[in-house]
Amino acid sequence: MKTYYYPGCTLPDKARDFDTSARACCELLGLELEEMERWVCCGSAFKLDHKNIMQHLAPIRNLAEVHKEGGRLMTLCVFCYNSLKRANYAFLAEPDKHEVINDFIESDYDGKVPVVHLLEMLKDEVGFEALAEKVKRPLGGLRVAPFYGCLLLRPQEEIGFEDPENPTVMEKLFEALGAEVVSYPHRLECCGSYLSLKDRDHTTSMVTRVLESAVEAGANAIVTSCPMCNFNFEFFGGELVARDTIHTFYFTELLALALGADRKLCGLEQHETDVDRLIDEALAAPATAAAGSETAGSGTSGARASGDQAPDARNG
Amino acid sequence: MTLRLERGTFTTTFTQRLKELSGQDLFTCYQCGKCSAGCPSASVMETPPHAVVRLAWLGQEKALRGLNTYWLCAACLTCDLRCPKGIDVSRIMEALRVMFLRPREEPDMVAPDSLPKDMLSRIPQQALVAGLRKYTK
Ligand code: SF4
Ligand code: SF4
Repeated sequence: MKTYYYPGCTLPDKARDFDTSARACCELLGLELEEMERWVCCGSAFKLDHKNIMQHLAPIRNLAEVHKEGGRLMTLCVFCYNSLKRANYAFLAEPDKHEVINDFIESDYDGKVPVVHLLEMLKDEVGFEALAEKVKRPLGGLRVAPFYGCLLLRPQEEIGFEDPENPTVMEKLFEALGAEVVSYPHRLECCGSYLSLKDRDHTTSMVTRVLESAVEAGANAIVTSCPMCNFNFEFFGGELVARDTIHTFYFTELLALALGADRKLCGLEQHETDVDRLIDEALAAPATAAAGSETAGSGTSGARASGDQAPDARNG
Repeated sequence: MTLRLERGTFTTTFTQRLKELSGQDLFTCYQCGKCSAGCPSASVMETPPHAVVRLAWLGQEKALRGLNTYWLCAACLTCDLRCPKGIDVSRIMEALRVMFLRPREEPDMVAPDSLPKDMLSRIPQQALVAGLRKYTK
């Protein structure tokens, strides 16, 4: 089944790093993608008023577009993912409205286009063992705190690719990439989301709680699959960001790096912190897990063991 | 807060509309407080989510109007995930936003040009779309 990539409004601009690096990852992993020729906004926040299917016409229109070509839709931003997948679910639940919707959007959509996230493809189609074998630059010096946030996994009955209270997909991914995975209590919390538009003090406290929790557990990188989380972490992260105590990445940036992509194709440009320095150190350190054998810069790895030269997270 | 309950309080047009918009049966709630326990904004809400559900099923439109609770809800869906009675509180919050937003006469709660410049130049498009959908008519 052909996979059509839905970039959404943010990835071509404010989250170019996410887009560039994801394309590089798919290329290196042999996952074939074709960007949708025509797409519209997914509506961003899924409208929660019950049963008003008219609220979901924008995401459904995108699915109908993929349906025409015959294929599935892959997306990266979790707002898009949540909105498209939930709209599809709502559409399927109301077969008596299909005709009127199809009349309106001029299509013959049946609700059957699968919506997948790249993390699902990595887990179910590539597999983490196979992925570990493809690692060219293990991420030895990175102490990664996976951050799931809200929309990648909830609600369970509509999204359902991982247990929303105890997911493991990102942990397994970063173990496969040779990074040290940090376990911390706030990985399923909310970053503040769109509240940052209205309540900046409250968003700051939500962000600080998450970042402090990750830093206390020893992380020097927090990894997300959402431009909203990345923005909130970097913009409201205060001293922790200003002093480079913790760096925010899209999971694809680090994946592309580990897979040996050209550094220019790994994103790594729209960051508030000095990610280049962190990455130079990370690549020079020995891998913590059994990932890839060709350790780049192995000659210096002894002197730059994980943690030795990284900024001291806990006192940052 | 003292509430005076009279016959008919429970099924006003307000409660009917709320039920219709949220799709939730308010009476199922047994006030365990789990929705509030996991809510990331509960600490700054004037009235926490479980108490809002209670006020809603008592038909207390006046007490609900003007609360900051639903404006501080980030639609994170934690309450939906954890309610032992299967109530999706995030949908109740959305319904309250919709019901109180439409008749509002004050200026919009969020306007892009009121955001700090450095924020506006970096904020992701998705945040503006989401925020404007939640906070403006
Ligand atoms: S978790 Fe559910 S049952 Fe418990 S107080 Fe909240 S809405 Fe009511
Ligand atoms: S959806 Fe809203 S009310 Fe429910 S836990 Fe999240 S912020 Fe609180």
